[in-house]
Amino acid sequence: MNYLLRGIGVLAATGTAVVLGFSLSAGAAHGDGGENMLPRLSHKAWQQECASCHVAYPPSLLPKASWRRMMSGLDKHFGENASLDPATQADILKFLEANAANSGNKVPRRMAANEAPLRITETRWFVHEHDEVPRATWSRKSVGSAANCAACHRQAEQGNYNEDAIRIPK
Amino acid sequence: MIKPLLIAALALIAASAHAADTPDSLMARYAAAAGVPAATLSAERGAAFYRSERPGRDGKPASCTGCHTADPKQAGRSRVGKRIEPLAPVANPERFTDAAKVEKWFRRNCMDVLQRECSAQEKGDFVAWLKQIK
Repeated sequence: MNYLLRGIGVLAATGTAVVLGFSLSAGAAHGDGGENMLPRLSHKAWQQECASCHVAYPPSLLPKASWRRMMSGLDKHFGENASLDPATQADILKFLEANAANSGNKVPRRMAANEAPLRITETRWFVHEHDEVPRATWSRKSVGSAANCAACHRQAEQGNYNEDAIRIPK
Repeated sequence: MIKPLLIAALALIAASAHAADTPDSLMARYAAAAGVPAATLSAERGAAFYRSERPGRDGKPASCTGCHTADPKQAGRSRVGKRIEPLAPVANPERFTDAAKVEKWFRRNCMDVLQRECSAQEKGDFVAWLKQIK
């Protein structure tokens, strides 16, 4: 294949990817079915990569500074290697920053301005929201850990963290 | 006139390129990288590699089976509790159909379990073992 044709191929593929990227990163809101209904976001790389091992945690539950720290330490991600190629890493970080907690929402209201926590479960907001859950419940085999949102929030994958969608497993 | 057609054809090739891999093509690739004939890749060595326990980073023994279970036809569980689809292609036909994905997970998981990258020989044996599971 000569270089001209190869160039055209790359351009065509890039064009497709750009169009795809735009339509995916737009992220449609899911309607407001309650105060814990988070916007239903869609971003291909975020869902594909982050949700391989855990729920694709809502970007709005941590501030931008947290996501920057998170994405720059993926080779040591809570004791596991979750490294990505640089392009995918940058793409996901951009999405996380664009949808991170901002001054208008309730998570950072409980946080000092310079905080950049890595664990959502350690934010004061999270602790407060879950203060009625006994310690023994978290360690049930069916739950595993507090990082396993979907164990109880059965529609976590859809951004639904409302009380009426909670079912704590035995 | 022929240009739009060419572009379409090339875009198609580009789009399907990542999904064209198979266990056999991966084995050929790893064998070549290891400098051995593909026919000498060993399912037995692959199985032993999968099951062997190694000293983990935190002192606890680490092994592939920790997340993937002892039976690669079963679904595993990530440390956080999310389902991991089975490793054996007989139970999960999507396995070993995307070389980039395979390489990504070898890189990550070998670093976690062995604290080093896996060799081409180890990867080839591993695929050879999983491929022949019925």
